[in-house]
Amino acid sequence: MQLIKPDINIDFVGKRKIAMIISIALILIGLASLVVKGGPNYGIDFAGGTLVQVQFAQPTDATAIKKALKGLDLGSVVVQRFGDNQNEFLIRVEQSTAELQGLSVQIQKALGQTYEKGDVDIRRVEMVGPQVGKDLRNKGLKAIFYAMLGLLAYISWRFEFRFAVGAIVALVHDVMITLGAFSLFDKEIDLPIIAAFLAIIGYSLNDTIIVYDRIRENTGKHNKESFPFIINRSINETLSRTLLTSGTTLLVVLALFVLGGGVIHNFAFAMLVGVLIGTYSSIFVASPILIFWEQKNKAKAK
Amino acid sequence: MSKSLRFRSVLVLLCLLLSVFAIAPTLMQGNLPQWWTNTIGPIQLGLDLQGGMHLVLGVEVDKAVESRIDTIIDQTETLLREKDIIFKRLERRPGDQLVILVYDAAEGAKVDALMADNYPSLEAETITGAGGYIEKHFRLSDKEIENIKDYAVRQALETMRNRVDQFGVSEPTLQRQSGYRILIQLPGIEDPERAIALLGKTARLEFKMVDETANIQDAVAGKLPEGTQLLYERNVNRSTGATTEKPLVVFDKTVLTGDLLSDANVRIDTRFNEPYVSIEFNAVGAKRFDQITAANVGKRMAIVLDDTIYSAPVIRERIAGGSAQISGSFTSQEATDLAIILRAGSLPAPVKIMENRTVGPSLGQDSINKGIKSILVGAVLVVLAMIIYYKFSGVVAVIALSLNLVFIAAMLAMFGATLTLPGLAGVVLTVGMAVDANVLIFERIREEIRLGRAPKLALESGYGKAFMTIIDANLTTLLAALVLFQFGTGPVRGFAVTLSIGIIASLFTAIFVSRVVFDFFLKGRDVKRLSI
Repeated sequence: MQLIKPDINIDFVGKRKIAMIISIALILIGLASLVVKGGPNYGIDFAGGTLVQVQFAQPTDATAIKKALKGLDLGSVVVQRFGDNQNEFLIRVEQSTAELQGLSVQIQKALGQTYEKGDVDIRRVEMVGPQVGKDLRNKGLKAIFYAMLGLLAYISWRFEFRFAVGAIVALVHDVMITLGAFSLFDKEIDLPIIAAFLAIIGYSLNDTIIVYDRIRENTGKHNKESFPFIINRSINETLSRTLLTSGTTLLVVLALFVLGGGVIHNFAFAMLVGVLIGTYSSIFVASPILIFWEQKNKAKAK
Repeated sequence: MSKSLRFRSVLVLLCLLLSVFAIAPTLMQGNLPQWWTNTIGPIQLGLDLQGGMHLVLGVEVDKAVESRIDTIIDQTETLLREKDIIFKRLERRPGDQLVILVYDAAEGAKVDALMADNYPSLEAETITGAGGYIEKHFRLSDKEIENIKDYAVRQALETMRNRVDQFGVSEPTLQRQSGYRILIQLPGIEDPERAIALLGKTARLEFKMVDETANIQDAVAGKLPEGTQLLYERNVNRSTGATTEKPLVVFDKTVLTGDLLSDANVRIDTRFNEPYVSIEFNAVGAKRFDQITAANVGKRMAIVLDDTIYSAPVIRERIAGGSAQISGSFTSQEATDLAIILRAGSLPAPVKIMENRTVGPSLGQDSINKGIKSILVGAVLVVLAMIIYYKFSGVVAVIALSLNLVFIAAMLAMFGATLTLPGLAGVVLTVGMAVDANVLIFERIREEIRLGRAPKLALESGYGKAFMTIIDANLTTLLAALVLFQFGTGPVRGFAVTLSIGIIASLFTAIFVSRVVFDFFLKGRDVKRLSI
């Protein structure tokens, strides 16, 4: 079977201005959402706080749970339905306590007063102190920074510096749009999301490098053609592979998104957005950047 | 069969055999001979999958430094009196300073000499004219402070290890981390709150005399006689179980501490059928206990644990033999836990919970089931896509993909890596990305065929041309995974591990194994058209 005809020749490079407008629009929407919501929506891993996952045997709702917790001095409490089970809830409190008698015990006791004793099953408790949250945030940012630095060095070594710049621009583009999507859909950024971001970086780069590799090969083969022509040809030649691999990756990420359960849901969401954007950026961002770069250099030479 | 193909087939088979050997302990737990499971254990599951508790405790090392200075103050006071040196007072000041106030330079010189003899490591400084006195300042050197802090964390770790051992948790992990923190992982724990109470208690046991002359109302209002402090006695109502607190004024000076204990056990009080903790002092402690009780007959002595009075019995007679009891309307579990922590020793400084992640066993099992389901569904979808798109060659890719999963599981078992929930996600992701290498190769082969090359030649150059591309593309992802491993903690590390292993395994299966399968089917046949 073939989805993409071998002699396909879509003018991707010619649409680079439209692509740029779309990219900038997507980034701006994300940034606007971030600004309106006052920065990224950090989960307890990075912001500190306490999270309790409770399963009830009887049907109940968030309002009833909040009412049951009213007697406690917890500050702002967020209660939300979690996962695919109707009676499972996440209770999130901004406070974290270093005291040995944890907030989770207080919450358990308060719930035990309202609900039947065997009805409340505390399935998960996570408490992260502000100091640890700060450490984890720094570590996460460092990880992303060093990953990019390492990749810049590797691509500069294997290809040329301008390819490395193109790849990094594409990566920043992908991460920013994914971050924006998280803000737009009110999803929390937790430790596993950093892992997802790094996976997106790895994936998007994978895609980009395959196109670059073809550009390098074609530059030797068709040295009479113009640079934009070579780039366009390379994107077309690898198009079939790009779509197929993205397709299979999307299939598994979708499986994870639908079946993986609540804990992994946001991770899968990040990957879903990341794979889509990563595929788009390797076609419309990473390679056309090379053309902008060359045009700028030519202008300078004149 | 050509020599090279035979060699390569044998290599693949060997890898497969080794993998089966490595995975067997995971799949058939307990049904294998001992030597087998001793060589390679089952794949370890992270706390998020098997349930359990992950705790990070911060040792308040500054308190350890303070208490070290307090000890020096106590000892120095005794020394100064022994040597008949006249001084106004001794005190600890913020900034870890010990200050001795003297009236004139002559006594000051004696203080200097005494301190230099006994505590040569202290840095001395003299400030004259402070309110008509001479202030002798002594402070611990930075190196000494660092030593005290370091020792406090080491000792805390040791004490907690003792407590965990006595608590009875299988395969606990206790690790020192930077920033005076201790990481504790207790897999499969059933009562997390009890574990926290047991681990986190400082368990500083002190005996203090009660000041009967003090006015309790004044004390509660904040007016305390010099040298005393206000503590609360914990009382449990036997019938209702409600806890009440009664204020008591005790002298600051601790007459005896729990450091001198040799043993602690739970006993049952036959009168109320109630458990209490009986404690035994060591030789030094027994002697001191004997002296104290002899000197204080008729007075009350408070038994204080972490600043809470458990009981304050009247000393009826001199107690020789060095045993005492702590009663306080305990439940039997409370009494057991108290005995455990008294036996295990006290923490050199209080600890604070900095991070706590507890996953119940039911949620862990849920996550495993969901993770495996996503892997299977994802894999089936990818298999279908590959076979529909590449027909026979797709089947080859699927064989490579299946082997890939087997190799990943085997490597996890062999390296003793821990599989976490994000780790499972990493495996799912690898399934999607593993076929990428095969896709790249197959697209190349199609290109070669379109250029009119014969199947075998197309295969040859397809693999050859795609090789470097695949290496470049995968090494970058591997680079990201390694950075993640370096900076990640816990579950995220698990993701980095499976992703890295997955990339390595997929390089081997997609490039090497799939080629062997092709060669195997094409050998000796004159294939005109390759099904791709």
